[in-house]
Amino acid sequence: MTAAMPPLLAADHICVRLGGQEVLHDVSMRIARAEIVTILGPNGSGKSTLLRALLGIVPVSHGQVTRSAGLRIGYVPQKLQIDRSLPLTARRFLSLPIRHGRAETDAVLARVGVPEVTERPMAGLSGGQLQRVLLARALLTQPDILVLDEPTQGLDQPGEAAFYRLIDEVRRDTGAAVLMVSHDLHVVMSASDRVICLNGHICCEGTPRVVSGAPEYRALFGLGTQGALALYQHVHDHDHTHDHDHGHDHHHGTHGHDDGHTKDGHKTDMGQTGMVQTGEHKTGGHHHHA
Amino acid sequence: MLDDFLVRAALAGIGTALAAGPLGSFVVWRRMAYFGDATSHAAILGVALALATDLPIGLGTLAVALAMAVTVATLAARGWAMDTTLGVLAHSALAFGLVAVSFVPGARVDLEAYLFGDILAVSKADLGFIWGGAALVTALILWRWSALLTATLNEDLAAASGLNPDRERLILTLALALTVAVALKVVGALLIAAMLIIPAATARAVARSPEAMAALAALVGAGAVLGGLQMSLTFDTPAGPSIVAVAAVAFALSAGFGRMRG
Repeated sequence: MTAAMPPLLAADHICVRLGGQEVLHDVSMRIARAEIVTILGPNGSGKSTLLRALLGIVPVSHGQVTRSAGLRIGYVPQKLQIDRSLPLTARRFLSLPIRHGRAETDAVLARVGVPEVTERPMAGLSGGQLQRVLLARALLTQPDILVLDEPTQGLDQPGEAAFYRLIDEVRRDTGAAVLMVSHDLHVVMSASDRVICLNGHICCEGTPRVVSGAPEYRALFGLGTQGALALYQHVHDHDHTHDHDHGHDHHHGTHGHDDGHTKDGHKTDMGQTGMVQTGEHKTGGHHHHA
Repeated sequence: MLDDFLVRAALAGIGTALAAGPLGSFVVWRRMAYFGDATSHAAILGVALALATDLPIGLGTLAVALAMAVTVATLAARGWAMDTTLGVLAHSALAFGLVAVSFVPGARVDLEAYLFGDILAVSKADLGFIWGGAALVTALILWRWSALLTATLNEDLAAASGLNPDRERLILTLALALTVAVALKVVGALLIAAMLIIPAATARAVARSPEAMAALAALVGAGAVLGGLQMSLTFDTPAGPSIVAVAAVAFALSAGFGRMRG
């Protein structure tokens, strides 16, 4: 769907080595204007590294990253640890490195829903407030693309949902593309135009609906950190009559106990997980948010 | 006026403090205290080198401090365990420096001056070197202020804003080596790190913004210089340690004040 548009940001067959180890191998991707693309993968799969390579923070050892001319990037890092020895109010933080006026910083903090933190020290903000201030700083550059690295880490579920709603609003208001890393399948299924499953290389990609049906995705899901969620879904998998009443039905996961039904023809090199798959009837039809 | 040794001492100390305040704030924010130690201890090795080769002390100190700072920065970038590495480097630099100085004839006598400073013996030429170096450090930091601050906050964030965190780190490293060379005559190799950290830490308890903290740190340092010199005159105590002692008392007071205020 995006092939015709010139990409804002593209990677062509890039490899990235960190500390002598190849973290990313032959990754190609592109993101076009106003798209929401999510990179999904287990811990250590190179998600953050891919973002950092796209932003030019880490060098690529092979291949090429292309950013469209004059591209304005709003970056929200995975974590921001602010040393208590640094006295920095949220307002001052927003003016780093480019100064913004009072009215502008006030407006953007109101926009992200935390007008009350303006004069508060950054080190004293809660996780949710900090994420919103980080988003506010990214928005101040009037970005063509927002790049978010697991932006809801450390938020509780309502906080997480609210944060993604905010991002969706921002996309609608500004037309900015969104590239984010997530391990959160719920978000992937409901908010993304495209999903890229990563595990050192791209395992599969496509619309959330297509990807959720791919065995590679299922294998990744089994590998991920969502043990509790998988267990939860395992219950759901046996309870189809309520699927539509819950917000969780989007991430049809794997049967933890069931390594049968492995689909042929989609074999990837993730075989160590024992590829598992649920019946076909669960992958189609439920993704009304996608 | 500059013919008065006390005026020269005060000016030398104030010049050092003005550069050390803002730079020291970065040392505190970036948790580079031990880094400052390693760099300043290397100064003794620089002294030995300068004495052995008849180079100006300032130049020898600057060269070796810079070499040490770059070494440390490179090792840090390669992911060495910094606490241990810095501990090893800081004390080895000092030990090798002291051993090297002992080979230089006549230098043993002056050793105390290099370790603890000799601010009361600052010459007009020293003063020129100190203010020149201090002005350069201050100019560097003012010029890169916003970029340095952003890179201090988060290197990825800085890189995504189009800055180069490596370059900013290099600028701080350079400023640190310069400050070490400048401060050697004032407080000596052992106490340079104190002049970086204590005024900045004192300012922290009161400051509400990074700019205020840096400016206040410079003021606290200058005040400590004047207080320390006064103390040295009154009680005939060594000047360099007296300056640091006054700064430390200021820190204790400000920490108490900060706690009271919450």
